[in-house]
Amino acid sequence: MNITVKLFASFRTGRFDIESGDYPAGATVADVADSLKLPRTELGIMMVNNRHVKLDRPLEEGDTLALFPLLGGG
Amino acid sequence: MDKIARIDMGAAGGPKVTVGGLGEYAGLGGRAMTSLVVAAEVHPQAHPLGAENKLVISPGMLSGTTGSMTGRLSVGCKSPLTGTIKESNAGGQAAQVLARLGYAAVILEGKPEGDDLYKILINKDGIQVIVDNSLKLMNNYPLVAKLREEYGDKVAYMSIGSAGERKLLSASIACTDPELRPTRHCGRGGVGAVMGAKRIKAIIIDDAGMKMRPPKDPEAYRDANRKFVEGLRKHPVTGEGLPAYGTNVLTNVLNEAGGYPTNNFKTGQFEGGSKISGEAQAELEIKRGGSATHGCHRGCVIQCSGIFNDKDGNYVTKQPEYETVWSHGGHCGISNLDTIAKLDYMDDNIGVDTIEMGVTIGVAMDAGLAEFGDDAGAIRLMEEVEKGTPLGRILGSGAAVTGKVFGLERVPVVKDQALPAYDPRAIQGIGVTYATTTQGADHTAGYAIATNILKVGGDVDPLKTEGQIELSRNLQIATAAIDSTGMCLFIAFAIMDQPETFQALLDMLGSFHGITMTGDDVVALGKKVLSAERDFNARAGFTKHHDRLPRFFYNEPIAPHNQTFMMKDEELDEVFNW
Repeated sequence: MNITVKLFASFRTGRFDIESGDYPAGATVADVADSLKLPRTELGIMMVNNRHVKLDRPLEEGDTLALFPLLGGG
Repeated sequence: MDKIARIDMGAAGGPKVTVGGLGEYAGLGGRAMTSLVVAAEVHPQAHPLGAENKLVISPGMLSGTTGSMTGRLSVGCKSPLTGTIKESNAGGQAAQVLARLGYAAVILEGKPEGDDLYKILINKDGIQVIVDNSLKLMNNYPLVAKLREEYGDKVAYMSIGSAGERKLLSASIACTDPELRPTRHCGRGGVGAVMGAKRIKAIIIDDAGMKMRPPKDPEAYRDANRKFVEGLRKHPVTGEGLPAYGTNVLTNVLNEAGGYPTNNFKTGQFEGGSKISGEAQAELEIKRGGSATHGCHRGCVIQCSGIFNDKDGNYVTKQPEYETVWSHGGHCGISNLDTIAKLDYMDDNIGVDTIEMGVTIGVAMDAGLAEFGDDAGAIRLMEEVEKGTPLGRILGSGAAVTGKVFGLERVPVVKDQALPAYDPRAIQGIGVTYATTTQGADHTAGYAIATNILKVGGDVDPLKTEGQIELSRNLQIATAAIDSTGMCLFIAFAIMDQPETFQALLDMLGSFHGITMTGDDVVALGKKVLSAERDFNARAGFTKHHDRLPRFFYNEPIAPHNQTFMMKDEELDEVFNW
């Protein structure tokens, strides 16, 4: 299935800003993060189609997954 | 900090300085000091620009010590923008320097007759109030440059630009940073107009000959500070994200979450967001020889600021904050960082709140004064404010006034103060804070974004109503306490997640004052401050019916989540029910 992955802040270093890729059916947020070698302890904000999700969330064809490290500001 | 100075600007025969002990205000600092003084001493019906109002300037409880992050300065008064009590705080050098001179507060009272303009010099020998009409209508950058010729570079400056002298409702008070740039502003609520009404153009604070404030238990204080700094360096937000990208790292986060108010709160995502994101901004700053990492005061270990240069490498402004990039950017449909940096410089120079000013320009665009996305139009509107034309005075008086003058319904304000950069329909928790805080719409008063969006300090679903009242209540209490310590609010990211870092903060407060501080003491302090503020507002005529968002947030769903603000009035009325 095709998933669009967006990476932000330090996660972009040595990776990409946005990329579409094929992932096996039933892949979860954790599977994608693992495939990109993003340490789970560094994952801060995870969103699928603009909604917050957890690591075990299964992805579906056409989903957009956004991954951020822990961030703050304001 | 064992004394309070009162400067009666309206005294017969000219301004009169009286320095006395702390009295009933002993032990207070920052927001606790400003709010308790205003609540006790300012008539709640006072005209904010009249002689009855007071402008209270107070360093935090730990300012002027060797403690890290202790450089926040609070300024309080009755706000001309909101009519409520107001505490507006800023970084920069002023708090540290004023605290080392021993002042727990400098209270500006009364109002002089006539047109003379004054500057105030505070140093180890005392306080002088000096007429200086050569400063009239100067803006902050040239003003500070002129003052530096006379008072040098080893002092801190507080000042108002032309907006403050014109008593515009968005006028700020600038504080200089370590390099003496007037970039750190007590921005919100028109505090600069109150200083202008008292005809005070600048305050020069010189701590030559003074020492760091000594803790009661120096060894314990040093130890607690070391643990506190370790905690800040260890946490990903304060140790990595903020230093590398600054506050503007939030643009992509809020845009992705659908909570980024765009084109005057018409939709929750901005197409041009990535062009003005913290990632793009940091890259541009470094490429142009500026910096993406800079502290607003000495002793800051987070270093969330930066230096923004133009394409030729010349200084333009400090790194615009997330709220500024939003208010002048996505809120106005503008996606050019150079335009936003120029507007940020103009805000600092003229001396206006970047949130109020940017939101107002977006409201003006909605009213047809320029098109959304019109960079030149936004700059032209700012130039009107700079010149003080009738249109500029309207715009400089904020979003509520501008919305009324131009007959607009969609005006994003609470108690006449502009909403910051988070849509309450997509993030219900921040809507609770906007509606109920004593300050008018203010994200910092109870930063529910942390828990709703950033997942720091817990996890509450931003699109649901559950848990938001309790969250906002606890954050508002904690914030009122932190705003009193002189600590930068960004320490909250680390202390919410790391109990040992919170303990280190308690130990700093305890060892400095020679007492034992507990979490309960911090909660009690926060409640005391909020209660005084609520009491003042009630006497000024504010009721629970003012603790609401504008109706369009209840009636117009916002994309992409197509939600409205769903918190019930009865729920909002429970925020301060502790």
